Amino acid sequence: MNSITEEILKEITDWDGIFSGAYSLRENGECISFQNSDNIRIVKKEDKSGIDIYISSAAKETVYIPACVTKSAVEDVVYNDFHVQSGADVVIVAGCGVHTDAEEGSAHNGIHRFFLEKDSRVVYKEKHVGIGNGAGKRVIDPVTYAELEENSVLEMETLQLHGVDRTTRDTKAVLGRGAKLKIHESILTDKDQSASTKFLVDLNGDDSSVDLVSRSVAKDDSVQEYSSVINGNVRCTGHSECDAILAGNGRVNASPALNAACIDASLIHEAAIGKIAGEQIIKLMTLGLTEEEAEEKIIAGFLGA
Amino acid sequence: MLSLRDIKLDLETKENLLNGVSLDIMPGKLTVITGPNGGGKTSLAKLIAGLYVPTSGQILLDGEDISHMSVTDRAKRGIAYAFQQPVAFKGITVRNLMEMASGTEMHESALCRILDRVGLCAREYMDRDMDSRLSGGEMKRIEIATVLARPAKYLLFDEPEAGIDLWSFSSLISAFEDLKKDEDRALLIISHQERILNIADNVAVIREGVITQYGTKDEVLPNLMQGGGCSPKGKEMY
Ligand SMILES: Nc1ncnc2c1ncn2[C@@H]1O[C@H](COP(=O)(O)OP(=O)(O)OP(=O)(O)O)[C@@H](O)[C@H]1O
Ligand SMILES: [Mg+2]
Repeated sequence: MNSITEEILKEITDWDGIFSGAYSLRENGECISFQNSDNIRIVKKEDKSGIDIYISSAAKETVYIPACVTKSAVEDVVYNDFHVQSGADVVIVAGCGVHTDAEEGSAHNGIHRFFLEKDSRVVYKEKHVGIGNGAGKRVIDPVTYAELEENSVLEMETLQLHGVDRTTRDTKAVLGRGAKLKIHESILTDKDQSASTKFLVDLNGDDSSVDLVSRSVAKDDSVQEYSSVINGNVRCTGHSECDAILAGNGRVNASPALNAACIDASLIHEAAIGKIAGEQIIKLMTLGLTEEEAEEKIIAGFLGA
Repeated sequence: MLSLRDIKLDLETKENLLNGVSLDIMPGKLTVITGPNGGGKTSLAKLIAGLYVPTSGQILLDGEDISHMSVTDRAKRGIAYAFQQPVAFKGITVRNLMEMASGTEMHESALCRILDRVGLCAREYMDRDMDSRLSGGEMKRIEIATVLARPAKYLLFDEPEAGIDLWSFSSLISAFEDLKKDEDRALLIISHQERILNIADNVAVIREGVITQYGTKDEVLPNLMQGGGCSPKGKEMY
């Protein structure tokens, strides 16, 4: 692995020189090393680039699948499928870093599918970063599809804090009876970056629920778009919350949609977009912070960074 | 000593908010400001903390003119201010806020010591966000705790009793009594509460932007004692 990959790994995972347990490490479009554990088996796909990750019922552990692009002119597309057996309880640490020091950009598109069997639990953590000084664009376009069977639980925490010039995120989920989906997404854009995120959640099983929280900060001349569609087709609960802070000439467009097709579907959406409340800055200044420090703290807290 | 000298305050939206206020706030003393709603008490506190700049007059902090100093610099010079209306933050925990206030990392024991003074259990609250999921009284008590955590010389509390239950209020009163014993610190409390007025050294009454009465508690209180309903916390004086 090269030194840029090391740098990226430190930032997007808690890597400290070694991954214990199951992992698969991708560098510039190739899987450069992987390891199975007793309960997690990683198999390379035959027909396309990517892996199948088989997580057995007994698995109670963390699996790492980071992807690093360390040079310009890479267009990486990867298909990763997670097959999570009934009763498994795992943390999946994904995440991706794109580095370029050249005029030409690089891109990573991770297409992830999750199949959660009955009663399984997954916490999915994903951090995206762009690094390097070149004018080339760092692009990350993740596509996520999740199928949650009876009483399974998927928690997704996704974070993009700096350096990604363009991102288009597409997340879809279908929930069965009693399944729970929790999503917490944080995106910060600055300079002329842009980010677009789309969610589509189908609540198809009785008593299924989704809690979708999106926090975004758009600074400088950056632009963000948010759209979510929650379809409550049965007795279910859905909550989405889209909060955005604007700074400089930042722009945010939010279009949340709730579609209830059952009398017992209970769907709520909350949205708030605006600059940082003046009284928040003032309050922190009365604690001795400068205006800039106060803004930083407020934004960091808001994004959960 | 913190001295206000003939302070006038006009805002674009309101003139004569304060109209010639002079007041000395002395270390080792508890000064209580009281008076009717809308009299100008909070405006005076905001002026001391630097949220408002006086139209004329001076604010002297240990002899230095701070009338035009920024909020941050006043805070660094030792002024701490507990807002009448606490501010909510999404994603900032009680611990974060207390650490920003104290300027140091705080272990659970240190958090406990301070939150206990406002009747809160640190373990239960330190990791909670300072947002609207907290009750009004909880927010208010955390707001007060952030000021108790400050290493400041001049402590301002704006209606600390508001929304606070009887038990927490008693604990707060004893916190104020302890602070009073510190010869190096000055306390300024804006209050309508008899129990707070009773532990005051000096009392000022502000009405329509001017101080209408000022003196020791024994001089001023008898004049205020005309009626007022009974509440568990004591009588509301104004
Ligand atoms: N920014 C402002 N713009 C316009 N009017 C203001 C502003 N701030 C305060 N006022 C007005 O000035 C007067 C004094 O307000 P202030 O908040 O200082 O009163 P107070 O004595 O603290 O009252 P209370 O006991 O209700 O807290 C009120 O009439 C209020 O409406
Ligand atoms: Mg007031």
